[in-house]
Amino acid sequence: MANLKLTDVAKVYGGQVEVLKNIDLDIRTGELIVFVGPSGCGKSTLLRMIAGLEKISSGTLEIDGQVVNDVPPSERGIAMVFQSYALYPHMTVRENMQFALKIAKVSKAEMESAVEAAARKLQLTPYLDRLPKALSGGQRQRVAIGRAIVRDPKVYLFDEPLSNLDAALRVATRIEIAQLKEQMPDSTMIYVTHDQVEAMTLATRIVVLANKGIAQVGTPLDLYERPETEFVAQFIGSPAMNLMAGEIVGTGPTTRLRLHEGGGTIESGVPSREEDMGATVNVGIRPEDMIPAEGEDYAFRGKVDIVEALGEVTQLYFEVSRTGEETDTIIAKLQGIHTDIRGREMSLTAKPSKVHIFRNGVSLLYR
Amino acid sequence: MSPLFQGVLTVVIGVGGCIGYFWTSNLVLDKVLFPPRGPNAGRNINRANAIRPWLFLLPAMLALALYLVYPVFGSFWRSLFNRAGTDFVGAGNYVALMGDGEFRGALFNNFLWVLFVPAAATFLGLLVAQLTDRLKWGNIAKSLIFMPMAISFVGASLIWKFVYAVDPDIGIINAIRDTFGMAPVDPLQVGFWNNFFLMVILVWVQTGFAMVILSAALRGIPEETIEAAIIDGASPLQIFFRIKIPQIMGTIVVVWTTITILVLKVFDIVYAMTGGNFGTQILPSYMMEYMFRDDGRATAVAFVIMIIVLPVMVWNIVQANKEVR
Repeated sequence: MANLKLTDVAKVYGGQVEVLKNIDLDIRTGELIVFVGPSGCGKSTLLRMIAGLEKISSGTLEIDGQVVNDVPPSERGIAMVFQSYALYPHMTVRENMQFALKIAKVSKAEMESAVEAAARKLQLTPYLDRLPKALSGGQRQRVAIGRAIVRDPKVYLFDEPLSNLDAALRVATRIEIAQLKEQMPDSTMIYVTHDQVEAMTLATRIVVLANKGIAQVGTPLDLYERPETEFVAQFIGSPAMNLMAGEIVGTGPTTRLRLHEGGGTIESGVPSREEDMGATVNVGIRPEDMIPAEGEDYAFRGKVDIVEALGEVTQLYFEVSRTGEETDTIIAKLQGIHTDIRGREMSLTAKPSKVHIFRNGVSLLYR
Repeated sequence: MSPLFQGVLTVVIGVGGCIGYFWTSNLVLDKVLFPPRGPNAGRNINRANAIRPWLFLLPAMLALALYLVYPVFGSFWRSLFNRAGTDFVGAGNYVALMGDGEFRGALFNNFLWVLFVPAAATFLGLLVAQLTDRLKWGNIAKSLIFMPMAISFVGASLIWKFVYAVDPDIGIINAIRDTFGMAPVDPLQVGFWNNFFLMVILVWVQTGFAMVILSAALRGIPEETIEAAIIDGASPLQIFFRIKIPQIMGTIVVVWTTITILVLKVFDIVYAMTGGNFGTQILPSYMMEYMFRDDGRATAVAFVIMIIVLPVMVWNIVQANKEVR
């Protein structure tokens, strides 16, 4: 039930090691924002700064219009769910959930009803009098979430809450978190993960962090369809987007490109200006957008090196020698089952709307 | 034979004997008793492996039986005899103990020791462990506090004899009194309280032990539970008492009981400081007083001490095992 505003936030350790800088972010009430990024990009640090567990080196953090840089964590109206659950091992589930309220000297009746309500929401009622060690990983994480709900915070912070769970449980708990968010449409949530499936499925908007700053902010599909930089393009989506060197040979509302490797030409839906003519660019096509081509209109031509038949899709790997020694792999994901194509020469193309153009690492869409 | 040569010879015979025992017994087991050959090779291997641990444990078990189990029963048996060990007196020695005012005094003093020393040493150790946890010079402070652990009880007693010395030029207590114009006293002769002056020595020695163990336990507390408590709004004191202490309770109990057991054994401090005079007698020093003079009564005291230590010991071991699990 609150909006957050980060203005020029930075984190510096020991006066020298810069971890984050120039973080500007506006989080609206009721959003579920996901921070993603490669490990060490500072996403957890940013979350801990919002929580108040790390000092903000410079810039301001506002919650509900109030600057909270120097407000202690418990008074910021936030609740946090940790990766390791961080349950108090010597307290029962009930006591774990009551702890914050006890500290705040809430009346007993109020405390009981808050715990009961949270337990019902998370199907924890039968376990209220157990110790954490008698619970499974998924149940523990639900208790950790319950502990957050009981406090009725303005902002929920999740620090990789599913990383300690096994694959099946992770999916189940992810869906539970999505349902929880639906039940509490007004609560603002910030969620840190390195798992892009979690990011894509849960987020209202995703914040991609890289190089000490924000690489792009947008809805999941925005990031997928219109990545701003090569980094975001390759970070979102799996397998990563193919990048192929090429050159602009036709400009206008759509752009014509010639690929250096293989020499084919291809049409892109991205508009270009006249002065772009002849510019060296990187052409980006997602593996799942690759389709077999006939004739001279192709983006890439090569010999199929490895075939991975997954039933639903078939992944083809092409080895491409780039600038002599360097080799690179182009991946195509074809729908359905394709047999007997290993070692065959193949041409691939993509629909113009699926062809991205990056110049100096930045998409032509964003200039 | 020179003592040096004797020492070397002992080491050679001891170590050589151990190696020889384990090597030959293993060889006999594998080559002669259950050779892994022939029609029953598989069965033989299983049997040899079932027997092997006992082979290795045997010397230790024999030594324990000889030096621990036998003396317990031997002492008990001896305590049923008179001073010379010639006449069977039944529970006579125990009855005499109960009737002896000095024994009852020692029992009461020992009770004070058991109450005060483990509590004080554990409390101070925990305090120091927590206070030095985040300090830059914490490790230096901890080393200084740990140092008395390296001193023998007699050595520690000697140091404290200086502290308690009557001469204001030597004893710090009387030096302080002197500056305020008070007459010197001998702390060791102040009735009842002199017990505590002796206990302080053991607390001084044992605080380092408690501190080291509890410091490690404090560091073992998951950082996230503390951060969660910070977010939940707990103050530093609340975090210490409601989050940290309960999580290291098992270790606290182990430290507490370990020191309790030690307290029931220490006689050196009383022996060196007061010799059990001025109402400072405790059970071990009382036992020492009778040893060689009246072995019947001394062994009876030893047995009483063992009966008192036993439950603490059991609890200590149970807790320690829980910690390991």
